[in-house]
Amino acid sequence: MSGENTAGRPETVAPAIELVGISKAFGPVQANKDISISVARGTVHGIIGENGAGKSTLMSILYGFYKADAGEIFIAGQKTDIPDSQAAIAAGIGMVFQHFKLIDNFSVLENVVLGAEDGPMLKGSLAKARKTLTSLAQEYELDVDPDALIQDLSVGHQQRVEILKALYRQADILILDEPTGVLTPAEADHLFRILRNLKAEGKTIILITHKLREIMDITDTVSVMRRGEMMSTVNTADTSPEDLAERMVGRKVLLSVQKKPATVGDTILEIDNLRVVDDAGVERVKGISLTVRAGEILGIAGVSGNGQSELLSVLGGYMNATGSITINGQSIDLTGKHSNGQSRRARGIAHVPEDRQSEGLVMDFMAWENTALGYQRDPAYQKNRLLMDNAAIRADTEAKMARFDVRPPHPHLHAKNFSGGNQQKIVLAREIERNPDLLLVGQPTRGVDIGAIEFIHQQIVELRDQGKAILLVSVELEEIMSLADRIAVMFDGHIMGERDPAKTNERDLGLLMAGVNDQQGAD
Amino acid sequence: MDIVLQIMLTMDMSIRLSVVLLLACLAGLFSERAGVVDIGLEGKMLIAAFFAAAAAYHSESAWLGILAGCAASVTFSMIHAVASITYRGNQLISGVAVNFLASGLTVVIGNAWYKKGGQTPTLSGDGRFYDITLPFADYFQTFPMPGPIYSELISGHKAVVYIAYAAVPLAWWVLYRTRFGLRLRAVGENPASVDTAGISVVKIRYQALIIAGILCGIAGAYLSTAQAAGFGKEMTAGRGFIALAALIFAKWRPWQAMGACLLFGFLEAISNLYPNINVFGLFTIPVQFTQALPYILTVVILAGFVGKAIPPKAVGEPYVKER
Amino acid sequence: MDKMPRWADIFLVPLINLMLAFFVAGLVVLAIGQNPFDMIYFMIKGALGSTSGIGFTLYYATNYMFAGLAVAIAFHARLFNIGGEGQAGIGGIGVTIVLLAFDWPHWTIALPAAIIGGAVFGAAWAAIPAYLQAKRGSHIVVTTIMFNFIAAALLGYLLNGILKSPLSQNAESLGFPPGAHLPTAHEVLAPLGIAFSKSAPLNISFLLALLCAWGLWVLLWRTRLGYDIRTFGRNEKAAIYAGISPVRVTVIAMLISGALAGMLAINVVMGEQERLIAGFVEGAGFVGIAVALMGRSHPFGIVLAALLFGMLTQGGFELLWEMPAISKEMVLVIQALIILFTGALDNMVREPLEQLFTRIRKAQS
Repeated sequence: MSGENTAGRPETVAPAIELVGISKAFGPVQANKDISISVARGTVHGIIGENGAGKSTLMSILYGFYKADAGEIFIAGQKTDIPDSQAAIAAGIGMVFQHFKLIDNFSVLENVVLGAEDGPMLKGSLAKARKTLTSLAQEYELDVDPDALIQDLSVGHQQRVEILKALYRQADILILDEPTGVLTPAEADHLFRILRNLKAEGKTIILITHKLREIMDITDTVSVMRRGEMMSTVNTADTSPEDLAERMVGRKVLLSVQKKPATVGDTILEIDNLRVVDDAGVERVKGISLTVRAGEILGIAGVSGNGQSELLSVLGGYMNATGSITINGQSIDLTGKHSNGQSRRARGIAHVPEDRQSEGLVMDFMAWENTALGYQRDPAYQKNRLLMDNAAIRADTEAKMARFDVRPPHPHLHAKNFSGGNQQKIVLAREIERNPDLLLVGQPTRGVDIGAIEFIHQQIVELRDQGKAILLVSVELEEIMSLADRIAVMFDGHIMGERDPAKTNERDLGLLMAGVNDQQGAD
Repeated sequence: MDIVLQIMLTMDMSIRLSVVLLLACLAGLFSERAGVVDIGLEGKMLIAAFFAAAAAYHSESAWLGILAGCAASVTFSMIHAVASITYRGNQLISGVAVNFLASGLTVVIGNAWYKKGGQTPTLSGDGRFYDITLPFADYFQTFPMPGPIYSELISGHKAVVYIAYAAVPLAWWVLYRTRFGLRLRAVGENPASVDTAGISVVKIRYQALIIAGILCGIAGAYLSTAQAAGFGKEMTAGRGFIALAALIFAKWRPWQAMGACLLFGFLEAISNLYPNINVFGLFTIPVQFTQALPYILTVVILAGFVGKAIPPKAVGEPYVKER
Repeated sequence: MDKMPRWADIFLVPLINLMLAFFVAGLVVLAIGQNPFDMIYFMIKGALGSTSGIGFTLYYATNYMFAGLAVAIAFHARLFNIGGEGQAGIGGIGVTIVLLAFDWPHWTIALPAAIIGGAVFGAAWAAIPAYLQAKRGSHIVVTTIMFNFIAAALLGYLLNGILKSPLSQNAESLGFPPGAHLPTAHEVLAPLGIAFSKSAPLNISFLLALLCAWGLWVLLWRTRLGYDIRTFGRNEKAAIYAGISPVRVTVIAMLISGALAGMLAINVVMGEQERLIAGFVEGAGFVGIAVALMGRSHPFGIVLAALLFGMLTQGGFELLWEMPAISKEMVLVIQALIILFTGALDNMVREPLEQLFTRIRKAQS
């Protein structure tokens, strides 16, 4: 494949980018160790690696966010110094970040022009940008309304604005960091069409992702990073997903979870016609009905922002809703009068929230203080009616840390000093060991290294096998497909359909995630 | 006709009294639109008022007074900038420090220099600003109704009043029609997007605080060289905070800021002109109440009883590059 | 690992901040043509050189403990209460009403009643900004500042009206009954054979302040309410996840804060002036901000910081006699510099120190 794409260009042309011996340390952590890669002009180069493998650091160096401790950068054969983003832009590098760097209440035009104005007055710049956008839109299938406010655009369109920003600055090299994480499969397909168009025009594209399917789909060459080091660079045509996964982790990994068939019991959770309106008055959940039975995992798939978070918030007790929810046949309050995190826990609901750093943990609290989060009124944690028993909480934390293999096993360490995986284990230990009837789990392995992913998946399956009901929300299709016993797909606040994981595939689920409800079931 | 005269008098005073608020409010507008909360407006005005009065006294030039006031105010603005931009400190705490520093320094230095319990000597002659009569004001005086509005309300103010009101369209133009304004508003909404566009967040925020310093400098100078004839201890009397409330009321927009400041100026004028209001001969509203009225109204406005205000998204948050 | 050892975090950083603040204050003194070392000498002599000086120092420190604790509890809930000044003033009204209501037989009965009066009034004055912040999202910093002005107006109105003493030309209330007199340090220590200045206003409110500091420590780190407050202050979303009500925590933390500020009136109004005088708080409510920052919002640190500021205040008054060129507002300057360096410029000291410790650690390993 790569031969095909580079064909027609003489071999003597200097690579679009060449990195030689890049190293970067943050304090004691060596984020990049002697990294060298070379990307040919007019190709798509993938970089894969686990979280914390150093991909983002490397790209940040290339985009002038960090200065490398050692190493050299060559752009089109020229040794180039990139001390800041301005220099990166001048060198023809454009970057599309995972979290878009757009200003929500600015128009598309203003966002594109920002930082690339032609003079101190805006009028001329805006007029010029309007013209350029029109031609770019035609050239690359990148149409967006230049006068629309960013906040009114879909995620896919916002991403196009980011690409337009780079192209407006005449970028020849485009770096995309996890570009499909927030896209539906259809939007992702459109993105890939755009990328192919760009490639055809001779642009060079670097794609950072952890999705092996995308790598196989669109890249010509692929580099694998592990623990700050560049493990290998291969032609995509010469490799396979299994091979890449093994190179990423350094050992053979099980891409699917080992589990027995579910032994399903009584209905634990029953949701009927649930509607949620957020603070801004937008209806986020539009009348959904679901059941989860004892001993099964119901996976909720969907692109983030389609009502899953609101569903978890309502179940967790801190968002109001209409409709009805019953736990073990008894209804729970949805009006906010008697509902909060405490009352939900009393009803046997435990909750591993989607974002452990902003919700599940207090980063400035020590591990033992975090163990009491949500359970601060647990009688076992009280000395008497007035005082809490801090020693008891510490002892409990120590035991939990041992059972969940949290490293380092120190209850006195602040939460912020643990790695992502160990932070997640602290949350999981707190929630699972409560022996809940229903466990809510949101994005259990986001930002968690592969070793810990396996452990976390095992714990969830074990809880299921003990006859508990589990509601799993994840944007990772792979995770949903390997963990869930049933899959429900959410789109725009609706459940688009339910599938048996054994009888569906990514394409089928992808259509549902994009809002295409064919009413035909899986093929 | 007596009523009309009363109204004219009140409106005239409202305009005079709103000047300080308006300049401070625009200062806050630039600062907060760039993402820096500025509760140090009060302190900046106070230190400016002192140095303006001192410079005007020694140089016998009110204009040099303004210059000195601006220099002092910009210096204080830079303290706030170093703390809250460079060292990413808590912007509220930094603002409080600026306010206390001004309270203390004005008296300490004032006492050391003039030994008048913190006051500066009384200004006279060219050390003060005087009312300017606009062309034809006397001529229009004799005209029917729109005439006196020109000659009484619009004409006959001090130069700074015209500067303050000219600053409103200027601020609007800078914010919405120039490259600098676009970048400034962007920095207050999402600094990361400005940073990745290759523009220095730090530089723009510093520039915004310099502008805020200059505007507070003019405001302080007006207090001590135009509204009064010299500096008096704590003469800002909470106007910096009222300006902040006006800013919220105005939803961080220049023209609306002018309206909000006129309203507060009007309240202050009322309490100055009619300290003891007799309600239908039934009872007298105490002077303390009319004095506290601007503060009470501020609370009411902040409580959102007059509409919800959405501040610039990044306001109050120091910018830290993501890893 | 944490970036630096605990001792450096708790003692070294504040110490360097403090030294920087005093260094800059010294420059100010130099700039007005005075000798900063003379100033320090006279201030320390004035604050600690006699039992009278010590008595005044501890009297002021008592005020600052109440005010500092008030700011600190709000800080723990991530609320910036600048309204201590007004809450203390209103607390004074509460104390006065209680003490003028009866002919109190003995201070042991009058004190608890006065504490309730001061605390309830102070808390009530904090409750409105708290409620507005929690329910209406209005900025507590600006509202509490406004409430300071409104409190001053209210105090002025009452002391020129119904609370005004007919016997006095000034804006002050009637004197309290003799049974409401709090024992002074002189009266307490004399029976023990310790001679203490008769003129110093130090009274048993000092012990009350220490008790409050201890109580606040227990509250914050040993009770469920304290856990809720600290969780909310550090991560609001996590608090909501844990079933902690933001409205409840905001209001309760501010009520405690206002109550503590209101109790400042016990020391001044009941312990020293024995009547209500307009403007009696004299900026102590604001000093509380510096004290809380300096003391890292920890009750123990606040006690130490309050002692320091008590010395500064008393020493500052001494300067009036010894170095009349320096006004007592110099203390305000020092206070502002301490707020600036410990509160806002903390990273200026912290970041280089963190790098230093990382380098030391690297060298050791």
